[in-house]
Amino acid sequence: MLTITRDLHDKIVAHARADHPDEACGVIAGPAGSDRPERFIAMDNAERSPTFYRFDSAEQFRVWREMDDNDEEPVVIYHSHTATEAYPSRTDISYASEPQAHYVLVSTRDDNDTEFRSYRILEGVVTEEPVSVVE
Amino acid sequence: MAIEVRIPTILRTYTDGAKQVEGSGSTLAELFSDLDARHGGLRERLVDDKGLRRFVNVYLNDEDVRFMSGLETPVKDGDTVTVLPAVAGGSR
Repeated sequence: MLTITRDLHDKIVAHARADHPDEACGVIAGPAGSDRPERFIAMDNAERSPTFYRFDSAEQFRVWREMDDNDEEPVVIYHSHTATEAYPSRTDISYASEPQAHYVLVSTRDDNDTEFRSYRILEGVVTEEPVSVVE
Repeated sequence: MAIEVRIPTILRTYTDGAKQVEGSGSTLAELFSDLDARHGGLRERLVDDKGLRRFVNVYLNDEDVRFMSGLETPVKDGDTVTVLPAVAGGSR
């Protein structure tokens, strides 16, 4: 299960809405081993595309080093789908490579309702998990 | 002195859990071959017959080697090579 604060949940949704119709992406870091998302980091989508995202490699290097220095890890890795369901695509699955991360997908295909779902993706196997939003 | 190589979580099964290993070579390609001698299977996760795999980012010190000379990028003692999983995907 992903437990996430209302504030962080809303930040992901706001980022996805702001970048729509392009896909938005980012990370929430948390203390290593804690499974607790705490520090919100919106990332550039280097592809600036409605169907693809990729972290800018230089920005990713800085952010990953910062997490390492702070003894953090990427607890949540999120991105948006802007015209399809919030379910991992084949491309999403083939790239997924942080075994401890919750992969959050949001869909902004509906103007009024944002789908927000979370998955574990391990060696090509997708497992959806419940999301608990806490105040 | 040697070249320090930082290994991401997903590849630590090849390094007995170590976050950091050391190797030698005069290019990135040589370094990866040297590492593979001690950490069998690691090279294949980084390189295919076309070069660096698209699923990984490799940095020499703090620069992405794709913007340098890829596998032919020269390396020397005291350098740090960082491997990160590329984070990408999309709706297709």
